[in-house]
Amino acid sequence: MILNDYLILSTIIFVIGLIGVLRRKNLIMLFFATEIMLNAVNIALAAISKFHGDLTGQMFAFFIIAIAASEVAIGLGLLILWFKRRNSIDLDTLQSMEG
Amino acid sequence: MFEVIAFYLFAFLTIAMFSITVFTKNALYALSSLAAGMIFISAFFFLLEADFLGVVQIIVYTGAVMALYAFGMMFFDSINDVTEKISSPKVVFVLTGMIALLVVVMFAAPIIGENAQAFYPVHPEYGNAQDVGLVLFTKYLIPFEVAAVMLLVAMIGGIILAGKKMDISYTEMEEQDIDKEIGKDIK
Repeated sequence: MILNDYLILSTIIFVIGLIGVLRRKNLIMLFFATEIMLNAVNIALAAISKFHGDLTGQMFAFFIIAIAASEVAIGLGLLILWFKRRNSIDLDTLQSMEG
Repeated sequence: MFEVIAFYLFAFLTIAMFSITVFTKNALYALSSLAAGMIFISAFFFLLEADFLGVVQIIVYTGAVMALYAFGMMFFDSINDVTEKISSPKVVFVLTGMIALLVVVMFAAPIIGENAQAFYPVHPEYGNAQDVGLVLFTKYLIPFEVAAVMLLVAMIGGIILAGKKMDISYTEMEEQDIDKEIGKDIK
């Protein structure tokens, strides 16, 4: 296994997440797709860390996991607030200011 | 040999799980396949000799983040499919082209970084967890503390955002009062 195998896998997973962000209109699906993209980047960082013999990649992966955890906490809070107000988690309901 | 077999097996499983997450209509299927994909991803971390990262992936992602999503989804009527109307293909085309460009850059990047030097080299005699601890608590101490403060802020923010009107207990109220409260929320 060489570095490029892991990078190709990471890119495929990242593109799957990106398709989710572009295609879905359900807000909770957008959150899931964001998690997929963050995980894809984590794989790439861990692979580079191994093949260059440097621990910095793993450190960045840890911080990305911390950021993902806080993103989920804040995002779900906002989502619950929005659902209480509009009774819908469709992305189009966010578009309330039409000019 | 085993590494190759494990890599392709888990690559297939991860891609399949994440494809289900992205393309399914049912939010519960999406949640469970996402959790499965997160566990399969930890296999890559074990393959890459990042043992501690793999354990953190299982504990934090499938333990904490997925549980948080599962609790969050109790607030939404997730059995109903959200009817999605997909439009504006022009934007999708432009973004797809940019993604293709990004893919080329990502594949070309290791060629540029061929002569990269290791700042914090791996010590095989220490073991991964000890090695990570040494670097994390010396070179990355301030980002670590900042991350701790950020998690605290996120926790307080999450409690304040999601916990509004949690002081009203529905179990101690009469039926009509509950209906009135819910009607006020939906407006």
